[in-house]
Amino acid sequence: MADHDHDHSHLSDMEIRVRALETLLTEKGYVDPAALDVFIDTYETKIGPRNGARVVARAWADADYRKWLLDDAAAAIATFGFTGRQSEHMVAVENTPDTHNMVVCTLCSCYPWAVLGLPPVWYKAPPYRARAVADPRGVLADFGVSLPETTAIRVWDSTAEVRYLVVPMRPAGTEGWSEEQLAELVTRNAMIGTGLALSPAEAAK
Amino acid sequence: MRRPESARIALAHIRSIPRDDDGPVFPAPWAARAFAFTLALYERDVFTWPQWAEALGTAIKNGQHDSDPESYWLCWLNALETLLAVKAVADPSELATLRSAWRQAAAETPHGEPIELQNRVRDGTAQP
Repeated sequence: MADHDHDHSHLSDMEIRVRALETLLTEKGYVDPAALDVFIDTYETKIGPRNGARVVARAWADADYRKWLLDDAAAAIATFGFTGRQSEHMVAVENTPDTHNMVVCTLCSCYPWAVLGLPPVWYKAPPYRARAVADPRGVLADFGVSLPETTAIRVWDSTAEVRYLVVPMRPAGTEGWSEEQLAELVTRNAMIGTGLALSPAEAAK
Repeated sequence: MRRPESARIALAHIRSIPRDDDGPVFPAPWAARAFAFTLALYERDVFTWPQWAEALGTAIKNGQHDSDPESYWLCWLNALETLLAVKAVADPSELATLRSAWRQAAAETPHGEPIELQNRVRDGTAQP
């Protein structure tokens, strides 16, 4: 990475070229950015390495790794050999029966997509951020997630310095599963806390 | 949206597209965006798939394509820019100006904020 200045944002040459092309094609009416977002979201599970799912699966399977991940996520994630500045400054927050974690984000240039996958389209909507902070339970209900009243919901706002990975609760009925099998249950939405990990029945669909 | 259908046609015509059982796979978000532009332009009849195949083939021959999936999509992007110049859709000098603008926008955006290009995209020009 030639640019290591942490005072301003960074875009790779590829990102610059694609953004320039998009601006021009949008101005000329060939593409509609909102429609592009919707289309690209259909490939959500097909973009990038989605490293976070493997990280979560190992944390479920290995108690020592889980502890390390919660203590020092950047180092624990790096042990997989994932490189790149995107997993720097990561903090892992764990869901428990008492606490559910949810992440909001400005979608700056350092969004950790290699770990979390493609950011959801609705992250771009300003009302989402405000509502997630004011009424997280209502936002979760919109996503079809209802948590017991006794579960507190904690909302984390990603910043330039800290990016969050939610470690969802391990689904029931997965005792003895391999890390590879477990990783299949870890969705993007589970890793940002707007969803839960899939149950074995849901994953089989 | 006809895009899923267009994606299916693209996969049938362009055998080199990296894919799994469900469809195309992308190493990074920018590659998915470049793919989406291509489908949108095809839907607007800017080029045919045989024309695209020829442009992509040339870009791959001239490029640094190896087993790295990023290099495949780099060739894809090269082909797209070249073909759009030929079709008089995207003038290379205009693209160069826009790249500078985005580079400058990144440099002027504090770390942690979304990068936006101000006062450039005029309202009402985009059509679905």
